[in-house]
Amino acid sequence: MKTIYLDNAATTPCRPEVVEAMLPYFTEKFGNPSAIYNLGQVAQDAIQQARKDVAGVINAASPNEVFFTSGGSEADNWALKGVMDAYKGKKGKHLITTKIEHHAILHTAQFLEQQGFEVTYLDVDKYGLVSPEAFEAAIRPDTVMASIMFANNEIGTIEPIKELAAIAHAHKVIFHTDAVQAFCHEKIDVQELGIDLMSASGHKLYGPKGVGMLYVRRGVRISNLIHGGGQERGKRATTENTAGIVGFAKAAVLAEAEREEQHERQAAIRDHAIQRITTEIPHCFLNGHPTQRLANNINISFEFIEGEGMLLRLGAKGICASSGSACTSGSLDPSHVLLAIGLPHEKAHGSLRATLGRDTTLEDVDFMCDVLKDAIAGLREMSPLWEDFQAQGK
Amino acid sequence: MAMSYSDKVVDHYTNPRNVGTIENASGVGTVGNAVCGDIMRIYLDIDDETQVIKDAKFKTFGCGAAIATSSMATEMIIGKTVQEALQVTNKAVMEALDGLPKIKVHCSLLAEESIHAALWDYAEKHGIVIEGLEKPKEDVYEDASPEEIAAAEAAEARAMAEEEEKEDYGEYSIF
Repeated sequence: MKTIYLDNAATTPCRPEVVEAMLPYFTEKFGNPSAIYNLGQVAQDAIQQARKDVAGVINAASPNEVFFTSGGSEADNWALKGVMDAYKGKKGKHLITTKIEHHAILHTAQFLEQQGFEVTYLDVDKYGLVSPEAFEAAIRPDTVMASIMFANNEIGTIEPIKELAAIAHAHKVIFHTDAVQAFCHEKIDVQELGIDLMSASGHKLYGPKGVGMLYVRRGVRISNLIHGGGQERGKRATTENTAGIVGFAKAAVLAEAEREEQHERQAAIRDHAIQRITTEIPHCFLNGHPTQRLANNINISFEFIEGEGMLLRLGAKGICASSGSACTSGSLDPSHVLLAIGLPHEKAHGSLRATLGRDTTLEDVDFMCDVLKDAIAGLREMSPLWEDFQAQGK
Repeated sequence: MAMSYSDKVVDHYTNPRNVGTIENASGVGTVGNAVCGDIMRIYLDIDDETQVIKDAKFKTFGCGAAIATSSMATEMIIGKTVQEALQVTNKAVMEALDGLPKIKVHCSLLAEESIHAALWDYAEKHGIVIEGLEKPKEDVYEDASPEEIAAAEAAEARAMAEEEEKEDYGEYSIF
């Protein structure tokens, strides 16, 4: 059976070119980048080149503003804890974020609250958009930073980052964005957009897992994350993951080079699938913004059914996708994002997220649409909610 | 989650037995709550003279485990008397399915409760008393308030966290 992978927001396969670029740093170029002999310097040079490459992709003013981390979650944790700690007792103790952030932000914010910091969680509208007016109104004299995601990982909505960053700066608030889903998928120029800190991850753009970055604009104070040696300018000790860093940079450069072409191609496939599903399957609706959304994101709620049963039926046909249902999250609540955009629990339980990639074809999503029609019809035949709904109609 | 389902569970959610409704059913029971993500409805056709369950059908809104437990539970009670059907506990359904992941155990409880709810409905309609059958708690899902649901969910989450903690650390006498 052919596997049709439509969960590219969860992770992506490594590109062969990326693996090839990484391999020498496991074996012949294995030296410790801190060592002064040639073997060490070869590794150090590769890391510095990677830093330059990544800085180029986001148009950072200097490669020194790029700090490599173990991934997106680490970058998010560090951004919030590091900046709040660096400014406590100076600027204040208030942080602003949103209700639809990734758990790497939300759970870090909750941890900070336990430590005595104060956090405001902004509401979003039915599309998942943060209101610039509400953001400005939430800023207090003691607000240190704001963290608002570039694009949402579940519903794909892209936030008005430039406008939000400008508001933050007008009030001398530091602006962080979690760009894990947007990096190399959307155009990101940190200087043009006014971003002070930004998190990204390698494995969402055909790079390796276990590596990511935090961009920190020069002049922003941030407490050290890992105490030890002098790696990452003393801010994050630990012998560098040379192969991972090289792979991350290679993946970023390759993804950025084909970004516009892929954006256009995937957006067309996305719109085709959304059109087919919402016209051919009754009682379903799109979650997230219709146009201001990631090119690869499809998120649709089907009424009267539960998401896990749907995923199992798709899985039986080789289709890999995800859902915001409680059963698939391993917790008892459906997706906090779907609840935040105003969905009642039962409609959040019936959501499908299909995220396209550079290998996804029109045939792939057509096949998904066909399977989905049968799966939804089958589950509805089995659903007491559907039975009640039908009975009401008669 | 799907990874940890037994072959029998996979078989029953892929090819569920006894999906449907029964017209003029002897008893119908619905338990669960759309907010929590699981609703089960069971229809019973019971022979009034012998009290044997001639047929059972179900409709379920829920995950793979919820579908599989409904399917297995209906299979297990068909041909049994009302009294025998009362002995079909959630544990028996789970065992018949070769077990369920811990987070899905509540699905098997719903199966037991929905059978009880259908039997209660049968008893009420016929003005009889079924020995050992208590009025099911979650018969009417519309009745639960969001606060009650939140409290029940919180209790379940706490119980699960406690159990996991026990597993992680065991009993270390030093503390």
